Amino acid sequence: MNLGHDLTPVAAGGLLDRRLFLKQGLAFSAVVLSADALATAEHMRPESSKTAGEAFSNYGLPSKYERETIRWTVANSNADGNGVAWTPLQDLEGSITPNGLHFERHHNGVPDIDPQQHQLLIHGLVNKALIFNLEQLLQYPMLSRMCFIECGGNSNAGWRTEPIQTKLGYFHGMVSCSEWTGVPLRLLLNEAKLKGRAKWLVAEGADASLMNVSLPLDKALKDCFIALYQNGERIRPENGYPLRLIVPGWEGVVNVKWLRRLHITNRPVMARNETSKYTELMPSGTARQFTFVMEAKSVITKPSFGHKLTRHGLYQISGLAWSGRGKIKAVEVSADGGKTWALAELQTPVLSQCFTRFRIPWQWQGETVILQSRAIDETGYVQPTRAALVAQRGTHGYFHYNAIVSWKIATNGEISHVYA
Amino acid sequence: MYMRKSLSIGLLLCSTIIYADKTPELGVPASKHLIQQWNLDIFPDGEGLPTGKGTAVYGKKVYQKHCLSCHGANGTGASADELAGARHNLTDNPPDKTIGTYWPYATTVFDFTRRSMPLNNPGSLNNSQLYAVTAYLLYLNQLIGKDEIMDAETLPQVKMPNRAGFISQYKFSAD
Repeated sequence: MNLGHDLTPVAAGGLLDRRLFLKQGLAFSAVVLSADALATAEHMRPESSKTAGEAFSNYGLPSKYERETIRWTVANSNADGNGVAWTPLQDLEGSITPNGLHFERHHNGVPDIDPQQHQLLIHGLVNKALIFNLEQLLQYPMLSRMCFIECGGNSNAGWRTEPIQTKLGYFHGMVSCSEWTGVPLRLLLNEAKLKGRAKWLVAEGADASLMNVSLPLDKALKDCFIALYQNGERIRPENGYPLRLIVPGWEGVVNVKWLRRLHITNRPVMARNETSKYTELMPSGTARQFTFVMEAKSVITKPSFGHKLTRHGLYQISGLAWSGRGKIKAVEVSADGGKTWALAELQTPVLSQCFTRFRIPWQWQGETVILQSRAIDETGYVQPTRAALVAQRGTHGYFHYNAIVSWKIATNGEISHVYA
Repeated sequence: MYMRKSLSIGLLLCSTIIYADKTPELGVPASKHLIQQWNLDIFPDGEGLPTGKGTAVYGKKVYQKHCLSCHGANGTGASADELAGARHNLTDNPPDKTIGTYWPYATTVFDFTRRSMPLNNPGSLNNSQLYAVTAYLLYLNQLIGKDEIMDAETLPQVKMPNRAGFISQYKFSAD
């Protein structure tokens, strides 16, 4: 193997061929050496092997050594249940968010719902208004799909004049990815028999704010479903137990949790959460409404703010990309603030409207660099720079921030968030 | 290649539709009475508004008892969203997004208050208290007079300054 050739940068700042770690040789050579050394050493038992282990458990928990991998919660001082719990993206790998770390955004807390009492009503512009209980819904044909859910307000600190200095998860962690399983909404709406004038539905949850929101019926019939399971187990209370509406690729607020009612209508209801909130005020004074789709976004999760590089040499940059419009086609990484770009390796399978893990090898020699990633989705949409996004939308839109994120690595290995 | 792709998508759609026709049909017909009890939705044209009425004069008392601790005196300056008292326009930096400057429909104020407020005791206000507190919030934003009666007839007619301020980004697939 020609190490000199493989370590030739493919872009400025030390970015290397994305397939470097996939090739044989470089990583293995060190392992072979230490295996030789072991052959002559005295046999030793690790501490963990000297006593019998812990007994079985009914429900497993993370290792006690991982207690710092938690959701960071921020709530209204006058109402504990009005706020956010962020997914710690900086501490996670792969593309599935553990159920206990899925982000939360509640308007008035997590309701305690007895599944024996819970019902789902479908009414309005239908020939047959129907009510379903859980026992009935569990008998319907189901589908499973992996998809992200992202709050429309995720990353909103990006609109601030000064770059926020906080861990990645507390900036971009209102997005998570799960495998959801449930009943296609189309099946239930077909049973209720939609009337010709039906064009929207209003979905409502059973929480203390009876949160409701309007959803176009064409989307509902296309790929929405009523989830009962999250990553194989019944949905957690904070994610909508026992029923959550899943609207793939669309802002979190329309993925109504604790779903209790679907009102079929010919027009939107103009709820508070589609007028006063979840709309984006533009510099012109008008506001974007029913923006729905979460456009392509990517973030480098490692290294990111709060991590520190402690040596010079070879690293693997790792991050997440996703798009509400479909599959991620490519992720490019820059180590010189966006002047030159190198293609990252995408972890397969690459699924539509789902987290896609990307990685690229990188050689750091101790110089100051600015790391960025940009996602390109299958529609050809390219994640914008912050300057381009702000030029288009100003800084008072609050929702739907998806600009490129820049991490500055200082010569001492410390990482800060910058606008570049 | 393109042709083959669209053909397979076509086949997939056909099989899905056939599958969709065979469902367990376990849903139970819902009675009009049950739907009336469950349906809280209120539309901009007034559909869904209940009986009852109120003015800002009584609404101020309701507000002071149930809303003021979070929303502040006169609808501004406390921990919760600012509802009134805008000093800036929507094009200013920063803008003030109050009921008077931003909310496009008066009916949304009633609907949201009825379904979600007050946070510590949602659903506790009766319809006349809700009309009254809605009237008070509209009065604080100088959209109605303090003695104007708000009810199912008058509330949808309140002229909201930002009624035309929203541009839908959604295009229906059939359009």
